[in-house]
Amino acid sequence: MKTATFKIWRGDSQGGDFVDYTTEISEGMVVLDAVLQIQAEQAGDLACRWNCKAGKCGSCSAEINGMPKLMCMTRLNTLPLEEPVTVEPMKAFPPIKDLITDVSWNYEIKKRIKKFKPRPPDAPDGTWRMMQEDIDRVQEFRKCIECFLCQDVCHVLRDHHLHEKFIGPRFLVYAAALEMHPLDTENRVVELREDYNIGYCNITKCCTTVCPENITITDNAIIPLKERVVDEFYDPIKKFLRLFRSRPSAKK
Amino acid sequence: MAEYQTFEHDVLVIGAGGAGLRAAIEASAAGVSVALVCKSLLGKAHTVMAEGGLAAALANVDERDNWKVHFSDTMRGGQYLNNWRMAELHAKEAPERARELEAWGAVFDRTKDGRILQRNFGGHKYPRLAHVGDRTGLEMIRTLQDYGIHQGIEVYMECTVIRLLKDGERVVGALGYDRERGRFRLFKAKAIVLATGGIGRAYKISSNSWEYTGDGHSLAYHAGAELIDMEFVQFHPTGMVFPPSVRGILVTEGVRGEGGILKNSEGQRFMFDDIPANYKDQTADDPEEGWRYTQGDKTARRPPELLTRDHVARCIVREIKAGRGSPHGGVYLDIAWIKEKLPNASEHIKKKLPSMYHQFKQLADIDITQVPMEVGPTTHYVMGGIRIDAETQMSNVPGLFAAGECAAGLHGANRLGGNSLSDLIVFGKRAGEFAAAFAKENGNDQINAEQIEATARQSLAPFERGDGENPYQIQHDLQAMMQDLVGIVRNEEEMIRALEGIKKLWRRAENVSVAGNVEFNPGWHTALDLSNLLTVSEAITLSAIERRESRGAQFREDYPSKDEEFSKFNIAIGKDSDGNMKISRVPIPEITAELKQIIEEMG
Repeated sequence: MKTATFKIWRGDSQGGDFVDYTTEISEGMVVLDAVLQIQAEQAGDLACRWNCKAGKCGSCSAEINGMPKLMCMTRLNTLPLEEPVTVEPMKAFPPIKDLITDVSWNYEIKKRIKKFKPRPPDAPDGTWRMMQEDIDRVQEFRKCIECFLCQDVCHVLRDHHLHEKFIGPRFLVYAAALEMHPLDTENRVVELREDYNIGYCNITKCCTTVCPENITITDNAIIPLKERVVDEFYDPIKKFLRLFRSRPSAKK
Repeated sequence: MAEYQTFEHDVLVIGAGGAGLRAAIEASAAGVSVALVCKSLLGKAHTVMAEGGLAAALANVDERDNWKVHFSDTMRGGQYLNNWRMAELHAKEAPERARELEAWGAVFDRTKDGRILQRNFGGHKYPRLAHVGDRTGLEMIRTLQDYGIHQGIEVYMECTVIRLLKDGERVVGALGYDRERGRFRLFKAKAIVLATGGIGRAYKISSNSWEYTGDGHSLAYHAGAELIDMEFVQFHPTGMVFPPSVRGILVTEGVRGEGGILKNSEGQRFMFDDIPANYKDQTADDPEEGWRYTQGDKTARRPPELLTRDHVARCIVREIKAGRGSPHGGVYLDIAWIKEKLPNASEHIKKKLPSMYHQFKQLADIDITQVPMEVGPTTHYVMGGIRIDAETQMSNVPGLFAAGECAAGLHGANRLGGNSLSDLIVFGKRAGEFAAAFAKENGNDQINAEQIEATARQSLAPFERGDGENPYQIQHDLQAMMQDLVGIVRNEEEMIRALEGIKKLWRRAENVSVAGNVEFNPGWHTALDLSNLLTVSEAITLSAIERRESRGAQFREDYPSKDEEFSKFNIAIGKDSDGNMKISRVPIPEITAELKQIIEEMG
């Protein structure tokens, strides 16, 4: 039987180290299969998150040979198995145990973004009319499975640890889905600039590269939002007009 | 003395998939304090995996549809063992619940005139499933989650409940542990809603995640509630079969709704060979008519691939057993063939079934727009569950409610695809509403410290045993046994063996040991889930033995026909005073004249 070796990070918030595990592999296996097999046979307390095992829930995010990926969608035959495969937790979040990190920050951020606020229904039966071509873009954003790999790879969060200031690509996509929702009447542009600090994103597109749902995060979500911010705040005519009207919401 | 943190709320909702979230939202809107406890992170529950859509008679695509047709389809699919009042409420209320999701931000696919698009699905007479490509469950859970987080609900993520606490007859709280630190948590509550989903981890080949260990079924049973219809486990006809590591992962019925056909190794479209008498009038005569149906021709009848799941699964098993299976023990599901019919078929498939395309491409190196998929049945859903009141969703234990998959009644002997997502929001809402009302009418009762102490001690015992058994091995052995002996095709002799096997596994589970400490320890979590899995496995097996006939999802090779006598009752499981499982037959109340007439009129 063929085997492969996995270097899995074991540890907690105090620190940890890689531990080697060798396990049997079979056709079609993904990294999550190997991790669960190691858990069942060699290391019962090896902590990892998973649910659907089909790339739909976004639970099993990890860094595999240094690349942020879903363990359930990373097939072993795409990795060089002559070398040990390293599996470690996401780096942009505090470690809890082994492959599990504390992602609660993401849940707090989401609560801060103004919720969906639809216009009054279009039809007497309380329903709306929306054309498919008007929702294609929003549906792309709503494919997000909240695996937080884009957050993990974003250098503003990963390297500069600006979690206090910057909401990260996931929540820019979330804001974009709300802003571009044909029914939504809320305005989040001021917050995008002043609270969410969209300006911190310098469009390196790392988030787009790692997105397992292939959402074009930078081009389709972040750049159009940046344009809205520019339109609102840096358009010379609007800037001039703003002198004559107060914007209390801009100063919080 | 065990240490624990105490949290106090009016309503405690256990489980945060569609039903739990919807219940929590409704209870919170009624002005009571609500706790929502989930085993995983919020938004990761099994609802996220639902693909095909949400059944609601909106009549956006076919104006002939209405609640009566939906009701009648649901009853026919369930072989009339359904709780007809639930089926009625479900059919009537699903459209409003679906529209409500849109008001909360859901973005369903659209018709040409801008309304919610609906697709064909097995057992539904008209195109009825509101959907978003093949990721409808994600849309639903995310909509409820994003709406729910602004409703003042207290969410406890990664927390598992291990016991319901009672004072006399009534439930008064629950004991759980947080997965991260392994600390016990006491939730005091005036009413509890169970929304824990299903039992799929009792089987080896399953589309269900690790969470699906029958927690709600088991918690309710041990708290004195009755379970009904537990013999009815739905094996979805199309799960992936290859490569081995993905065996069981779901392939949506939407593939067949979009025109996908089933073929055996001889290239024969075998579903035309066996069409049940009660579906003859609704089924296409030939492939051409079937194709026209999937393309929206209202004069055409549906292809046999869209017969109910129980029947399609059995036909697939028949082909495999007869030696006409695919190389890896499945049959072929072909959507690529539609290129004969449609220009741009490849793009069309990717647009309609994006996650299926993605799933096969990434996990099996197969391009479904070019070649057929290999598929076979996979454990998917349990129709059986906690017996509840149709209107209020309360069980026979005062203050204990249930909604969604862990509750029973709506689906009878077989669930129609798409009726699960609608079930979650229709009855999730009702459970939340009536749980809140119950909480307002009833005060807090006494928590019994001894119950907490005993449960805490028992759950920590696996750490004390040095050389007990590996919990993963016991779970694995149970799954293999249930798959072999209480699977799609059943007989009494094998199921008696299964009961003996379960007894042995109970003894092994009592001797389980785990390494490490209580902090995020999946070995320990697996050990604690074992008793739930064993409880539901025993309930399934006992009920399946008792139903000496074949109906819906239950196929008995020793009793291969339907028996009129068995159409008159549901099989119920309860706990007797000695702590043993007792089985009883609960007569189905007579259906109202109005509903009876609807069924007759719909043919």
